[in-house]
Amino acid sequence: MMRVAWLVARKDLRIETRSRVLLWQVLPFGVIALILSGLAVGPNDDAMRHAAPGLFYLVILLVVLFMIGRAQAVEAPAGTRTSVTMLGGDPAGIFLGKTLALALELIVTAAVLLAGVVVLLHAPLAGTASAIPSVLLTLGALAAGGTLYGALVAGADVQATLLPIIALPPFAGLLIVGEKSFAAAVAGQSSVKWLLFLSVSLLAYLAVGILLYGVTEES
Amino acid sequence: MKTLLQRTLGPLTAVTLALTVWLGIWVTPPDKVQGDLARMLYIHPALAWVALYVSFGTVVVASALYLWPRTRSLTVDRVAEAALEVSIVFIALTLITGSLWGRPAWGVWWVWDARLTSTAIMGVLELGIIALRRANLDPDIRARRSAVLALVSALNVIIIHFSVTWWQTLHQSASVLAPGGKLEVHGSMLWTMLLSFVAFTLLFSWLTRERYRLSVRRAGRTSDVLQAALAQRQAEGVPR
Repeated sequence: MMRVAWLVARKDLRIETRSRVLLWQVLPFGVIALILSGLAVGPNDDAMRHAAPGLFYLVILLVVLFMIGRAQAVEAPAGTRTSVTMLGGDPAGIFLGKTLALALELIVTAAVLLAGVVVLLHAPLAGTASAIPSVLLTLGALAAGGTLYGALVAGADVQATLLPIIALPPFAGLLIVGEKSFAAAVAGQSSVKWLLFLSVSLLAYLAVGILLYGVTEES
Repeated sequence: MKTLLQRTLGPLTAVTLALTVWLGIWVTPPDKVQGDLARMLYIHPALAWVALYVSFGTVVVASALYLWPRTRSLTVDRVAEAALEVSIVFIALTLITGSLWGRPAWGVWWVWDARLTSTAIMGVLELGIIALRRANLDPDIRARRSAVLALVSALNVIIIHFSVTWWQTLHQSASVLAPGGKLEVHGSMLWTMLLSFVAFTLLFSWLTRERYRLSVRRAGRTSDVLQAALAQRQAEGVPR
């Protein structure tokens, strides 16, 4: 399973480094969404700083939709899915590999957006840095959930519009908890209970994905 | 041939609903604190019970049965679909009746309370499953994926159930079966409330059964249309 996961992750990341979609399309979109969020809040420093954690996760959610769609699109060319199935790769391994690749891409995107949150929305640097563990857990859960939801809509003729209606409602919980943990870290408060919730979410998504990813593909 | 249950389900539903209305409006007294507003007690909790536990529970069980190879059948998939659509109606009614109660009680139509928000998210989750069911996919793949999504969405029901304990926001905690099993509703109010649970559960069963029958009829009609079209094409190919 782990061997398949590693192969799939390497394949997805290699496609990404060659196509540069993350660099030239996803990251600029994330930055412009962050700038627009700042404009929506207005020039009030306190309001901006207060809203920064929530706006960061809102932008992450928008970005993750693109990236899930992208992760499924690389499997879209005719015969790719069939070929992967015929090779007999463990579905759990494929799920883990795609999750790992998506998580790494999300981490790169989040690093740029966190810098943007500090520079554009005036979030304190030390507080933002202390929020990194919770951000990593949230991104992991988003990657695992996103891979699962992406597989559920793969091949549908309305994939682009179907994905948000399926993925955003369950991600709302991650948005709430992510924002709470980020805000707690910025305020110097304990975020242990939020980290616990995020860890449980990550493990739950991983468990469901490992168990059921294959069901979405077999026919 | 219809069974006794099939013949009596509709009338039984109508009678229990009518009894709930009669008891709820004319027999039970107004509440000491809330006055007539407390009569929402005979609608709202029962609607929520059906929306979250009975109907979505049916969806989850039917979905699990579809994913299990030995019990996989078109019947359980149709049951899941029917219960899901009825569940959305009940969730909408739960939110609407809660909002109608909230305006005079809390002063607003909506608050960002943990129970309200998680219930609203549940409604959108169910809309997502319906959207997936409408997607142009192979019927078996579509049924499997819908079943997976329903099982994943069931986690939200746990969050909704415990939201009043975990977050302790505006929505009151369990009032019928409070922790420790202590009843906080008494007398005719309690019996009317319990009857409303029965009435709305029966309503769910009747609606789901009718929706299921509609699916069967629709599938039969599609098959008839297909057969007619095939017969027509074959007739066109016969040399004159």
